[in-house]
Amino acid sequence: MTLCAVKSQLASGETARPGQAFFWLVSLLFSSLIWFTTATLIGNKDEPREKYLLIFGVLISVLIQEMFRFAYYKLLKKASEGLKIINPYEKAPSMRLLAYVSGLGFGIMSGVFSFVNTLSDSLGPGTVGIHGDPPQFFLNSAFMTLVITLLHVFWGIVFFDGCEKKKWYTLLVVLLSHLLVSALTLISPHYGLNLVLAYVIMVLMGVWAFFVSGGSCRSLKLCLLCQDKDFLLFNQRAR
Amino acid sequence: MTELPAPLSYFQNAQMSEDNHLSSTVRSQNDSRERHDHGSERRRHGNTESVSNGRAPSSSQQVVEQEEEEDEELTLKYGAKHVIMLFVPVTLCMVVVVATIKSVSFYTRKDGQLIYTPFTEDTETLGQRALHSILNAVIMISVIVIMTIFLVVLYKYRCYKVIHAWLILSSLLLLFFFSFIYLGEVFKTYNVAMDYISVALLIWNFGVVGMIAIHWKGPLRLQQAYLIMISALMALVFIKYLPEWTAWLILAVISVYDVISIFLLLDLVAVLCPKGPLRMLVETAQERNETLFPALIYSSTMVWLVNMAEGDPEAQRKVSKNSNYNAQSTESESQDPVTESDDGGFSEEWEAQRDSRLGPHHSTAESRSAVQDLSSSILASEDPEERGVKLGLGDFIFYSVLVGKASATASGDWNTTIACFVAILIGLCLTLLLLAIFKKALPALPVSITFGLIFYFATDYLVQPFMDQLAFHQFYI
Repeated sequence: MTLCAVKSQLASGETARPGQAFFWLVSLLFSSLIWFTTATLIGNKDEPREKYLLIFGVLISVLIQEMFRFAYYKLLKKASEGLKIINPYEKAPSMRLLAYVSGLGFGIMSGVFSFVNTLSDSLGPGTVGIHGDPPQFFLNSAFMTLVITLLHVFWGIVFFDGCEKKKWYTLLVVLLSHLLVSALTLISPHYGLNLVLAYVIMVLMGVWAFFVSGGSCRSLKLCLLCQDKDFLLFNQRAR
Repeated sequence: MTELPAPLSYFQNAQMSEDNHLSSTVRSQNDSRERHDHGSERRRHGNTESVSNGRAPSSSQQVVEQEEEEDEELTLKYGAKHVIMLFVPVTLCMVVVVATIKSVSFYTRKDGQLIYTPFTEDTETLGQRALHSILNAVIMISVIVIMTIFLVVLYKYRCYKVIHAWLILSSLLLLFFFSFIYLGEVFKTYNVAMDYISVALLIWNFGVVGMIAIHWKGPLRLQQAYLIMISALMALVFIKYLPEWTAWLILAVISVYDVISIFLLLDLVAVLCPKGPLRMLVETAQERNETLFPALIYSSTMVWLVNMAEGDPEAQRKVSKNSNYNAQSTESESQDPVTESDDGGFSEEWEAQRDSRLGPHHSTAESRSAVQDLSSSILASEDPEERGVKLGLGDFIFYSVLVGKASATASGDWNTTIACFVAILIGLCLTLLLLAIFKKALPALPVSITFGLIFYFATDYLVQPFMDQLAFHQFYI
C-alpha cells in the first residue's frame, strides 16, 4: 500500500516531468556505458571503426530509450492504480496528460543534452566551418534539437496511448520512426535532407498524436475560430 | 493549535550559520491531526514539515508517534505540492552558484585551503593524494563531532547567551563580509569601477536588511531570498576552498553520516541508551519548559513564542508545547555532528582574526538548529491550511556545492552540471516521498547526494565522450 502511495506521487503531473527526464538520463547512461565498454573492448582507434562504433552506439541508445519509455509507462500505470486504490474519489491525472508531460520531459532532457554544449561553444570566439565543414552547424543543431524534442512529445503521446489500448504495433511504429530519424542524422553532413525528412516525420507524428489524444478536424476548427465552448471564456460566462 | 497561523510564518526566523553541514532530515507532519489535536503540535505541525538534520528524528519520532492516524491522502496530496515548493529554492540556489562559478573566476582559483583541510592535494603520487584527501575528510568530520558535543555542553549548562551571540555573529559575518568579497569579485570580473562609499552603502543596507529579515520579522519572500543568497555564498566558499578529492569525499561521507546519525539516534534514544546524551538534552529541555529555548531554537516557533508571550494562556500553552518540540528537535539536531568544518569555510586569516578578537567560536549545532529552523522559514506558506516543508540550509549548501563543483571541474561541463541537477532534484523528490510514507524526520542528503555523485562521475567519464562524439558528427539519438 505504501509502495503504491509512493508511486502515486509520481503519477501526479508535476513530478512526472523530472521523473521522465531522470529516466532519459538513466537510459543515456546505460547506452553510453555500453558504447564505452564496446569501444574499450575493441580497442584500436582507427577512424572508420570509431564511426561504426558510434553508429552502433546510436542504435543501441534509441532502443534503450524506448525501453525506458515503456518502463516509465509501467511505473506511471502502477502509480495511478495505487492512487485510485487510496483515493477512489479524487480524479487522478489522466494518462494523456501524463503521456504529454513524460514525452516533454524526455524531449527536454534529450534536447538539452544534445544542444547545450554546442550552445555554450557558440558564445565563444571562433569561426564556424573554418576547416571545410558546413557552416550551418549551429543552425542545423538548433533545428534538429527542436524537431527531436517535439518528436519525443508526440512519440510519448502515441506510445502511451498504444500501451493503454494494447495496440502493440503502435510501439513498433514509434520505435521504427525513432530509429529512422536517428539513422537519417547519420547521413550528415547532408544536413538539408535529414532535416527536411525529420520535419516531415514530425508533422506526421504530430497529426497522429493529435487524433490519438481525441482531437478531430471539427474541434481543431472550433479552436482556431475561437468558437470552442469548452476551451475559452465562453464557459465562464455561462456558468 | 494545529498549524502555525499565517502571521507566524511571516515572522519566521531564519538563521543562517556557517554550518552547512547540517544534514537535513525531513519531518512530516500530519495536518488533519493537528487541526484537532493540540498534542499534534509537538509534531511541529504548523506550516512546515521539517527537514531537519537528523537529530530531530528521535524526539520527533516519539512525539509524532502519538498521533498515528494520519490522512494518507492529504499527505500524498501535500507531498507533491511540497516537492514543487522545494524545487524552486533549491533550483534558484544552484542557479546562482553555477552562474557565479561560470562567470567569476575567483571561485575556481585555488587560493589556499581551510585550516580544517591541512593536507594539500598537490602531491606527486595518486596514492599520496588519496591519503591526504582521506585525512582531510576525517579531520573535518571530527571537527564537526567536536563542535556538536561542544554545543550540547553549552546547551546543557545553559550558556544560552554564548550560543545566541555566536549565531548572530556568524550571520553577521556571512551577510557583511562574504557578500562584500562576492561583490568585489563580481565587479572585478565585469570591470566595473566602483567607489568605496557606494559599496559601503550597498553592503550596509544589504547586511542590515538581511539581519532583520533573518533574525527578526520580515516578509517571507525576503527571508527566503536572503536564505538562498546565504546558502549560495556558503557553497561558493566551500567550492573555492575545498580541494577536489576532499570535496567529493566529504560529500560522500556526510551523506553516509547523515543516515547513520539518524538511525543511530533513533536506536540510541529508543532502545540502547535511556540516559544517552540526546535523551538527556531532550528531557532537560522539557524540564526547563523551554521558556529559555529561544536562545537555542532559532525557529519560527521561537519567534512566535516571543510575539505571543503576552497573549492568551492558550496560545502560550501551545507555544510552550511547540518550543518543547522545537527544543527537542534542536537538541537532537545538535547531537548530530554532521556539520562540516565549523569555520564555515572562512579563510584562515579571517579565522585567526576572528579568534583573536572574539575568542574561539564554533558555529555548529546551534547554527544548525538555526539553519534547520531557517529552512522552515523558506518554505512555510502563508496559508495556515497549507503545510510547508522544511529543508535544512545545510542541504541547500551541499546540493549547491555538488552542482557547483560539477560545473567548475567537469570535463563534460554543462552536460554534467545538468545531469547532477536533475539527479539531485529526483533525489529530493524521492526523499519527500519517503517522508510522506514514513512521516518522521529523514535525512535529505543521502539520496540526493548519492544520485548526484553517481551521475557526476558517470556523466563525466561515460556519457561525455559519447555525447561529444555524437555532437561532433551531428548524430542525434
